[in-house]
Amino acid sequence: MSIVKSVTCPICGCLCDDIELTVEKNEVVKVRNGCAICESKFLGYKGHHRIKTPLMRKDGKLVPVSMDEAVHAAAEILANANYPILYGWSSTSSEAQRIGVELTEEVGGIMDNTAVVCHGPSILGVQEVGIPTCTLGQIRHRADLIIYWGCDPWSAHPRHLERYTSFTEGRFENSQWKSYMQKLKAQAGQKKLESAARIEIGSTHPKPQTCTLPGMPQSMNKSGRKLIVVDVRKSMSAEMADYFIQVQPNKDYELMQALRVLITDGELDVDSVAGVPVEYLKDVANALVNCEFGVIFFGMGLTQTAGKFRNIEIAIQLVRDLNSRTKFTIMPMRGHFNVTGANIVSAWQSGYPYGVDFSMGYPRYNPGETTCMDVLLREENDASLVIASDPGANFPKKAVENMIKHPLIVIDPHMNATSMLGDIVFPSAFVGIEVEGTAYRMDHVPLPLKKVVEPPKGVFSDEEILTRILNEVRVIKASSKKLSKKVDA
Amino acid sequence: MMVEQKLKVTLLTGRTIEQGVGKEKGKASKEYFDACSMCYMDADDMKNLGVKNNTNILVTTPDGSVVLRAVKYPRSATPGLIYIPYGPWANAICSNRTTSIGMPSFKGTPAEVQPALDQKVMTMEELLKSEFGR
Repeated sequence: MSIVKSVTCPICGCLCDDIELTVEKNEVVKVRNGCAICESKFLGYKGHHRIKTPLMRKDGKLVPVSMDEAVHAAAEILANANYPILYGWSSTSSEAQRIGVELTEEVGGIMDNTAVVCHGPSILGVQEVGIPTCTLGQIRHRADLIIYWGCDPWSAHPRHLERYTSFTEGRFENSQWKSYMQKLKAQAGQKKLESAARIEIGSTHPKPQTCTLPGMPQSMNKSGRKLIVVDVRKSMSAEMADYFIQVQPNKDYELMQALRVLITDGELDVDSVAGVPVEYLKDVANALVNCEFGVIFFGMGLTQTAGKFRNIEIAIQLVRDLNSRTKFTIMPMRGHFNVTGANIVSAWQSGYPYGVDFSMGYPRYNPGETTCMDVLLREENDASLVIASDPGANFPKKAVENMIKHPLIVIDPHMNATSMLGDIVFPSAFVGIEVEGTAYRMDHVPLPLKKVVEPPKGVFSDEEILTRILNEVRVIKASSKKLSKKVDA
Repeated sequence: MMVEQKLKVTLLTGRTIEQGVGKEKGKASKEYFDACSMCYMDADDMKNLGVKNNTNILVTTPDGSVVLRAVKYPRSATPGLIYIPYGPWANAICSNRTTSIGMPSFKGTPAEVQPALDQKVMTMEELLKSEFGR
């Protein structure tokens, strides 16, 4: 039995690097410091959903084949395709992503990563207006106002609050954990009183909980870090917040514009914006300009709703305006553990962060045209390679329908929806558990991922599988060139 | 004759902690099925529609329809909103319109909900088979 310390968790963009794993007989048996999702991965990676051998679809069924047969068949498909999509890349190492760019260039396809369905619009917003941002360490030590807008870290980044924002002990700002626990106790007491009153009066209808609080709550006047959550529903993170703003769906843009007016001492000629009374917004605007170091974290609540990248653009403009009054930064809550790395590697190799088209022989980027979702919906693809992601489960139906009309190559450790739909399936080793590599945290800090156990026999890393496919593609292309020269002669 | 009851709602899809735990456990796991083949609804909306907690509903959009288990949203009133965790069930009905920037509309699109007590929630395998024939 051995204990491996300071392991980086390969799940979300937080990349918590304080995980302690107990390893026994080449298996992880105990996880310390991790969240529920982290424990689920480190203890469940070896489950029965694991693919152990390469598979190929023959007579409609996936059957085991040798690695060489699978590599050759995959390389044939890619070498002969006119416009293949190479999609995914966000749950693998930057080293594998680098080979991915090389392979895409070789086959003249589209290299797109999962940012296209999560923070792609954020990148577009940043490309419009730039981004005032910082590292999570700065926020941990200095931020006294934290805003989560359209995201629920408790569900998607469970340790974000604990490691980087409200519940962490920074050098200049203290953890608000004790004050949150006191609030919880007070709320429990309040509930008991209300329940007793209901029994006494005999009413069976509890009062619905809404955001109609009488002005700024007491907790916003406290000293220390403050937490504001803006969402369309009261999420678990919203329950932890000092102030929760329930915005109407698709109205975030209006709300941010209203805040921009208020922080520049403008007046609004309406009573409410996006379902939020202007009186509350004035309180929020005061809190924004009176903080010393504020930060907005935003998620899919902005990028996937009406307005999409315009929401991000206006959020950044709001932060820019705030910087004329105080210090403010903004950061997207990146989902997959190395989606930031996928953007970075793609950008330093090709010049563009996602949706890069190599079909002309040089990289081209035009979101809406060269992004894989649009290519699939226009039915222009003639083959796909999916690695370290699951579009079968996470793309709209029409896009998946078009993806499986043509050969689909899948590289993944697990039997997921895309593997089930695939024509050739490669089992791969888990990056950060069975192979080492590099991943970029949501604030663009690269961190090393550790190898803590050996992969199952015959299961290779993403990097190795991609390299073998790339080499085979080059062999096939070279021999077809030779053949065409002979025919010409 | 009984009029078939339908409720017009706004559809949101997104993350839940249970979906996160389920996806890491394995997409074919029971945890993933339980976490993703459900739909959070407002308590009053459920009452008006005659739907009880943990009974099935049919959610329909212009892009398709899917049977899901309705669950009362525990934290606040969310009238007119339904929330389905990311997964193949949500994507059976999500809008694929990218408004020319590559991103489909996963949140804030119109949908209709109706009770479907006699219909079964499909497993992932059944769903993929019925949608894609594989």
